[in-house]
Order: sequence, then structure tokens, then C-alpha cells
Amino acid sequence: MVEFAGWEMPVQYSGVIDEHVAVRTRAGLFDVSHMGEIVIRGPGALELCQKISANDVSRIKLQQAQYNLLMNEKGGIVDDVIFYKIEPNHFLICVNASNSDKDFAWIEKYAEGNVELENASSRYAQLALQGPLAEKILQPLTSVRLNEVKPFFFCFGEVSSIRCLVARTGYTGEDGFELYCDSVEAERLWNALLESGAPMGLEPAGLGARDTLRLEKAYPLYGHELDDTTTPLEAGLEWVTKLAKGPFVGREVLLEQKQEGIRRKLVGLELLEPGIARTEYTLFKNGRSVGRVTSGTKSPTLGKAIALAYVAIDEAALDNTIEVEIRGRKTRAKIVPLPFYRR
Amino acid sequence: MEFPEGLKYSKEHEWVLVEGNTATIGITEFAQEELGDIVYVELPEVGEKVVKDDPFGAVESVKAVSDVYAPVGGTVLEVNDVLPDNPETINDDPYGDGWMIRVEMTDEEDLKDLMTAEEYAEYVEQQKEDDDEEEEEDEAEDEEEE
Repeated sequence: MVEFAGWEMPVQYSGVIDEHVAVRTRAGLFDVSHMGEIVIRGPGALELCQKISANDVSRIKLQQAQYNLLMNEKGGIVDDVIFYKIEPNHFLICVNASNSDKDFAWIEKYAEGNVELENASSRYAQLALQGPLAEKILQPLTSVRLNEVKPFFFCFGEVSSIRCLVARTGYTGEDGFELYCDSVEAERLWNALLESGAPMGLEPAGLGARDTLRLEKAYPLYGHELDDTTTPLEAGLEWVTKLAKGPFVGREVLLEQKQEGIRRKLVGLELLEPGIARTEYTLFKNGRSVGRVTSGTKSPTLGKAIALAYVAIDEAALDNTIEVEIRGRKTRAKIVPLPFYRR
Repeated sequence: MEFPEGLKYSKEHEWVLVEGNTATIGITEFAQEELGDIVYVELPEVGEKVVKDDPFGAVESVKAVSDVYAPVGGTVLEVNDVLPDNPETINDDPYGDGWMIRVEMTDEEDLKDLMTAEEYAEYVEQQKEDDDEEEEEDEAEDEEEE
């Protein structure tokens, strides 16, 4: 167990690689109750959501989820989040644990008119059931017709007699579900799922595997690829950034950056020589520093050392070869397309 | 957890097998378990000098990198060539096939700082207790905050 943002978190159960493989080939169960939940409701809810975020919240259908970014005035990212549209003017935002207080204060600052805000983080527990067998494992425990819940949609229903928000979302690159329930029910839900899934090879999985899985899929992790000073355009999140939707916090800066062009860009690296690139390692080209690594590991699925890194735009082209300084030794790496892994 | 008799142990969780003037060095079962799946090992070259208490190499799991410190000083006679391609050997057999380097010791006095199997077992227990106490203290603090 390690401490993370005030939570005691399991890094691994049977071992990171074993859990990683279980999620890619069968299924894994993660306790991600540390994630925060913020509720925005009331007649002014949609307007507030539009103002604080980069994606177009007006395009979310009822019971649909949307990946989104909370933005600051400098065009930087306050947090990367998921919006769940529960009713026309009732949104649940799933936020990063370490940011939940910051996010709540940030949203409060922009809230005006007829909206009600609640930091509901302690009320909710969240379990993520991820992997190709997730639907088969979950279906016997619920009357929800899971095949009708499409990716990035959700519904409410009972799982093992526990009321849950059942969302077909995840952070692993596999099919799967994220289940939100009352925190007092979390242990019972965890046990029910593990018991039901064990015969199909379901394994409990920890933060270590969650990190290697998301990295293979090139999902950003706040504090690594994203922070208050990185913009969505630099982070490869232009697809989330709907500049045409109308005014939102930070939009002017992004319009300007789009016009002028970005100076650095998030890229994928594959090491061409032995070694593993880690967070904050420096990148070089012809002896000049051209960037830094934000996350790196040895990919259990590909068997190669992979990394995400910010690289100066003139060196960020695909197939360009640069060097990572690993404990004083320059190691060659190539810029490769993202994601590293696609199911 | 196993700590073979006849080996010497360091506070940084390396073991040393002394045969005459030669020391074989690896990491302990406790160390490999703390690290988890080892996916990369960095070793020195034969002929390089290693300095007592300085890093001579590194072991990396998917989640982190750890330096490996030389429990004794000397010149590298041999490195375990199996490890670059099969780093998990350290997890499977930390005291046998997972050995890391063999050095010719420069000063036998270096051995005096090292622990016996019994002393090391106690040291590991103490470390585990310290970890638990930290956790308990954290929990106590959390309760106070609530």
C-alpha cells in the first residue's frame, strides 16, 4: 500500500505484469474510490459547465459521458475529467483525487446564477471492471442490459442488489465498466464482482497496472502529461477542445496559440537501445536539450521501453531519432505514433 | 522469507558471498519482492572499479528504478550475462541464478560493516514494523482530521 492524495492505495496484488496481462486478456478489478466526484445541478448547470471546460457539453446526450478538460485563464489544464449527464441540468463530474479540492474551488469561483454545487467525493466509491470479459462477468449480477450500454454511455441499475451508476468507460484501453456506488457498499460490491469473475480469470488489479495500461494506450495522467501550464493543443487533446462552441475560460489563449502554432508537443517514444526512460529524464538532439519525459515504462504487452514526452516542435516529427539521458548515458529513441497499443 | 546462512547482507538489501578474495553480489529476496517484476537490469563492465556504498548498477521494475549499491569495493571480474535478456531471473532466484556481479575485493575491512543472516532478518523485520507504524500514524492523523 502507498499513500496517494491522502488515500491508502494498493499498488499491486499478484504483481504488476500479471495484473496487466489479466486486464488485456481476461479482466481486472480496480478500486478507484480515490477519484473525486463533483455535482453541478440547477437551471444554470449547462451554462456553467460550458464556461469552465474545453469540450462542448451541450452535445452530451442524456446518460452519456464525455471526456473533458477544466481550463484556466492561461489556457492551461486545471484537470482532465469525465462529465456524466444525468438529467438535462444535472451533471456528475469525475475528477482526479489529488485535484478534487482545487477543482471544486475553481468551479465555485465561476459559479453564478442558479446552480448548486456539491463535492460528493466522500459519498461515492468507484470500482473499475476492465477487460474483454468485463461484460460477461458483470451481466449475471445485474438486470441492466449491458449490451445496450454503448461505450461512453451509462445507466443506473442494481449490481448484486447495490444501486450503481454503471458506465461503459475506463482508463485501460480495454472494454469495461466503471461502477459508482455509495461508499458504504463498496466492499460488498468488490467481493461480489471478484466472486462472480474468479472462474473467468478476473483478478484484483492495483495502481501499478493501471499506470502501465493507460500508458500503452497513451491516456494522459494529470501531474505527468497534463498540468496547469500545459495546453490541450500541446498535449494532443485538440479533439477535446471545441473552440467553435463559444466562450470558455482560456479560449482566447488557445485561439492565439492555434494561430501562432505550438512550440512543443506531446509525443510517443520507443527506445532503440536498452534502458527505460522515466519521468523528468531530459531529451537531447545533437547535444541540445529538446524536451523531457513525462511518463515511461517497459510495456508489458509490447515488450519494449515506451515513454510519453514533451518535445520541441521542430524535433517532434514521426520517426525522428533523439536521445534520452538515462543516468548520465545518452540512449537513442524514436518518435512513434500513438497510441502504443490498440486492441 | 529466506536469508541464507553464509551470506553477508547490507542495509541497502544486497547480499555478498565471499570466497577467498572474490565477492559475488546480488539483491536479497526482500529487495526483489519490494521491487516487484524486474524488467531491466543495468550492470557495470568487467574491469570497472566499484566503490563501497556507491551505486554500481540499477534494477528497474515496470513502476520504478532503484540503484544497487556496492556492499564492498573492488574490481569487476565478471557480470551475469543472463540478466540483460532475462531480468526476471532476479525475481525467480535472487541468491542463485539472479546474482549480479563478481568482484575482486580491495579491502577485506569492507566486510565488517555487513550483517549476518540473523542480523539481516531482524533488520528486515524492523523495517517492516517501521512501515506499519508509519501507516498507523497516518491513520491516527487521518482520524484526528475527521
